[in-house]
Amino acid sequence: MPFIPHTDAETASMLGAIGASDIDSLFDEIPPQLRIAGLPGVGPGFPEAGITRLMIERAERDGRPLCFIGAGSYDHYIPAAVWEVATRGEFYSAYTPYQAEASQGTLQLIYEYQSMMASLTGLDVSNASMYDGATAFAEACLMAVRANRKTRARRVLTTRALAPVYRDVARMMLAGQGIELVELPLGEGRTDLAALGNVENHEFAALAIPQPAFLGTLEAVDELTDWAHARNMLVIAVCNPLMLALLKPPRQWGSAGADIACGEGQPLGIPMSSGGPYFGFLVCREPLVRQMPGRIVGRTVDIEGKPGFTLTLQAREQHIRRSKATSNICTNQGLMVTAATIFMSMVGAEGIRRMAAASHANTRALVAALTRLPGVRLAFPVFGHEAVLQLPRPAAEVVSAMSARRILAGFDLAPDYPELGNALLVCATEMRTAEDIDRYTDALGSVLAAGRAA
Amino acid sequence: MHEPVIFEHSRPGRRASSHAGHEVARVDDLPADQLRVTPPALPEISELQAVRHFTRLSQLNFSIDTHFYPLGSCTMKYNPRAANRLAMLPGFLGRHPLGPVEHGQGVLACLWELQEMLKAATGMCAVSLTPMAGAQGEFAGVAMIRAYHRSRGDEARRVIIVPDAAHGTNPATATMCGYDVREIPTDSHGDVDLDALRAAVGPDTAGIMLTNPSTLGVFERRIEELAGIVHAAGGLLYYDGANMNAILGRVLPAAMGFDVVHINLHKTFSTPHGGGGPGSGIVAVNERLAPFLPVPVVGRDADGYRWLTERELPLSIGRLSAFMGNAGILLRAYVYMRMLGAEGMRRVSGYATLNANYLMTKLQAAGFEAAYPDRRASHEFIVSLRKVAKETGVTAMDFAKALLDRGYHAPTTYFPLLVPECLLIEPTETESLEELDGFAAALAGIRELAYRDAGELKAAPRRMPVRRLDDVRAARDLDVNWHGRRATPDTHA
Amino acid sequence: MSDVQAGLRYTRDHEWVRTEADGTVVVGITDHAQHQLGELVFVELPDSGRTLTAGEACAVVESVKAASDVYAPVAGTVVATNAALDGQPNLVNASPFGDGWLFRLKPDASDASRLLDAAAYTDFIAAEG
Repeated sequence: MPFIPHTDAETASMLGAIGASDIDSLFDEIPPQLRIAGLPGVGPGFPEAGITRLMIERAERDGRPLCFIGAGSYDHYIPAAVWEVATRGEFYSAYTPYQAEASQGTLQLIYEYQSMMASLTGLDVSNASMYDGATAFAEACLMAVRANRKTRARRVLTTRALAPVYRDVARMMLAGQGIELVELPLGEGRTDLAALGNVENHEFAALAIPQPAFLGTLEAVDELTDWAHARNMLVIAVCNPLMLALLKPPRQWGSAGADIACGEGQPLGIPMSSGGPYFGFLVCREPLVRQMPGRIVGRTVDIEGKPGFTLTLQAREQHIRRSKATSNICTNQGLMVTAATIFMSMVGAEGIRRMAAASHANTRALVAALTRLPGVRLAFPVFGHEAVLQLPRPAAEVVSAMSARRILAGFDLAPDYPELGNALLVCATEMRTAEDIDRYTDALGSVLAAGRAA
Repeated sequence: MHEPVIFEHSRPGRRASSHAGHEVARVDDLPADQLRVTPPALPEISELQAVRHFTRLSQLNFSIDTHFYPLGSCTMKYNPRAANRLAMLPGFLGRHPLGPVEHGQGVLACLWELQEMLKAATGMCAVSLTPMAGAQGEFAGVAMIRAYHRSRGDEARRVIIVPDAAHGTNPATATMCGYDVREIPTDSHGDVDLDALRAAVGPDTAGIMLTNPSTLGVFERRIEELAGIVHAAGGLLYYDGANMNAILGRVLPAAMGFDVVHINLHKTFSTPHGGGGPGSGIVAVNERLAPFLPVPVVGRDADGYRWLTERELPLSIGRLSAFMGNAGILLRAYVYMRMLGAEGMRRVSGYATLNANYLMTKLQAAGFEAAYPDRRASHEFIVSLRKVAKETGVTAMDFAKALLDRGYHAPTTYFPLLVPECLLIEPTETESLEELDGFAAALAGIRELAYRDAGELKAAPRRMPVRRLDDVRAARDLDVNWHGRRATPDTHA
Repeated sequence: MSDVQAGLRYTRDHEWVRTEADGTVVVGITDHAQHQLGELVFVELPDSGRTLTAGEACAVVESVKAASDVYAPVAGTVVATNAALDGQPNLVNASPFGDGWLFRLKPDASDASRLLDAAAYTDFIAAEG
């Protein structure tokens, strides 16, 4: 029997000890009319060799098209050792570290992760992870509303320069508690500072600022942070952690610095994997820690005075505080944090900075090559590793034609940003070579030429 | 056994990574006032040092691969390695989530078939795979209940009923969805007190959240009557699938009267716990709630598989993640479910229940007090140590720590809160008879020692990497960031 | 057994109230409550100047195993809080009726109808088990 060790003789002796005639009789407390004989919809079992053949065939069917999409998930290199170590059974098959003495490995690793994220953002306290960047952002908004004691406003201000799906997820998670998300408009691919005057008379618990913005631009983080603090708002930084190796950390934004930082941890050693599992990071200043959702590991000592690690401040969490908990989150993304911590340790600050710098340089090279094609224009200056191109044809058509050439050309912006016209968001990470960029340029050239001819 | 914190291995200027590239691209086109001046304080170590450090850390853990792990309500069963290897094939790992579906037919086929198997296992008519953990599945389910009532113009329903034995996530979820929580008691046999339920329901009832078998390790026998009471009041029934391992292939949540269910794939369908995640809390619903499912959902038509989004499901509660939930976890569950098939799934609940009832019988024979001795155990059961605790002062927590010294992970302690000095024990179907016998003997030995030398048990564990930790100090003198420790100078910008 | 001090008023949520000569009231949690919680690691207090309705959750006392809301025993305005608890939350354990006081209110009216005297509170915690 797959994964079940019992011999027939053992089963018989165990039933004898219980005083039951057979296994089915152990379900005698389920009302008879509800009991079923099987699950015909599931189909027969498959041996490991058979499912292996099927999965290899399906994985190969998806191919490995050349990827120039970013938009929240990035094709960065992951050293082989990262997942070799992360999938050791002692990490892979361990439970949440509630029994501290039997979980020191996981607990110390989370403490090291927290320290690394605190240093990347410049803030004090990181939790042990959220589900992904979008839910980390939503929880940051909820946290800010609880934490801001200067206003009772149940409203958070953000901007159309933040990833559209982050706004969608947050709106949905905030709605139940009657919290509203208000958006500042775009100007030149980033938050329009001139529009701040229009919201001047409303109270907000926080201002959430992306960096880089979804369209690859850099926000005026200093001005925005100071503006928000002057109006009793907390400041939430929504960051790409890889770019934080190059860019000023949220703690140094404006004169006082951001209060909360959050974002998608995927660039730190997590495969793109059709969208997950990834992990969200959430970091804050120490005075806000009791409004932080999720698990936190602390360093302490045992009864002999020896250093050790344990989950701490658990009174915030659902298993103790129940309906008054800071969040319902329980299971988080532990194994992803394990991989990210190993990744950050192996690649180091300088390695991550080089990856970010190379991604920025590659994206500039891609843009330079593509804008030599007739009708292709750069919408905004390139400051990160993503850029918006304006095309002579609808981006959806171009994406589709390029896909047939096994190139993922970018993310079509038209559904979310119709005001940008035929706009395509492209990304070339450090993984793309000069040949890859040539291949993209040639293919796009012929796709656009075919479009003109048609 | 002590491994220094990774930053203690670090030496300024040590760069032994081959991954970063040898050339540094220029970034002098970026505005100077946006640039980072001080690099983040990440470790500066070699790859070998990193491999050794994290391998040593891993060796400080208990895990299913190394130890029996009878944690009640957590279903710590074997995680087949095939599931991991096949989910990590390069074709799956390298796929961008926003790539066109023509380059995703392989993964989408797996996810579509997974949806179909989950429909069959729950009796429901539609599934969304996006929730990334049990608690997010709960959130999705309660948000759907809210959307359903709203769609009918029924705004007066503002209460979610939760039994007192429920997981803490249930009331926390109801609050996150903007509901008030009303707790109802459990009777002396472990069933929900139906008179209290009748008194609690009314025009303000949005629904009830229930785990069945409950966290008390028994099946709610009057489930049909219970469902009738809630439905007659206009409320809906939410099934918390934490204990689905107990009933797989035996009874369908839909047939019990539930309208929506979440299943923890990391419990029942054996995806790894990973030291605290990632999980998956897929939701399955009946016709009533199908229009409100979170998106995306995998659909199939003549052209193949594709995503169904807000366009096809305009009443959807929306998105719970940036992309498609924990897709890689879904693939692992898919592999496991295909390996089991229908017969294998029924065997899971059968042998999980056999192991639990055997272990309960064995412990009762050794003099332990089962919390519900007149009831059949589900896939888990509760032992109360209240008598030992009263007579010797040795508590359930002391038992838990002493088990660690004997090579067994502790069962769930002090949950559910209803039973004093309790151990909630779930052996799962993948454990052998000799493992169960060894565990029972270890518990009996600890009990015997409690009457002889209680002090020795109060001092447990002795053989673990650390002794009992000072939780009060951890909370009061917060040290959660190596660089921010108060005792030492702040080394980062 | 837990200490219950004569002369104070009590609530069923385990707060005590002492009326001062100037008409303000001092609020804390009872010895019974601090025993139940265990050693406190954090106390969150209301801001001075905040107006409270009777029964409103206005402070939190936290141990490693629990966090409990503290409710305003009477309606009023917060005029002072116990700053010493910031660094030493376990003053509440050591001296629940003395140095471990939480906050001081200027009550809106002298309505103390929901409050118990020491004898009634002693009976109440005995009945609660």
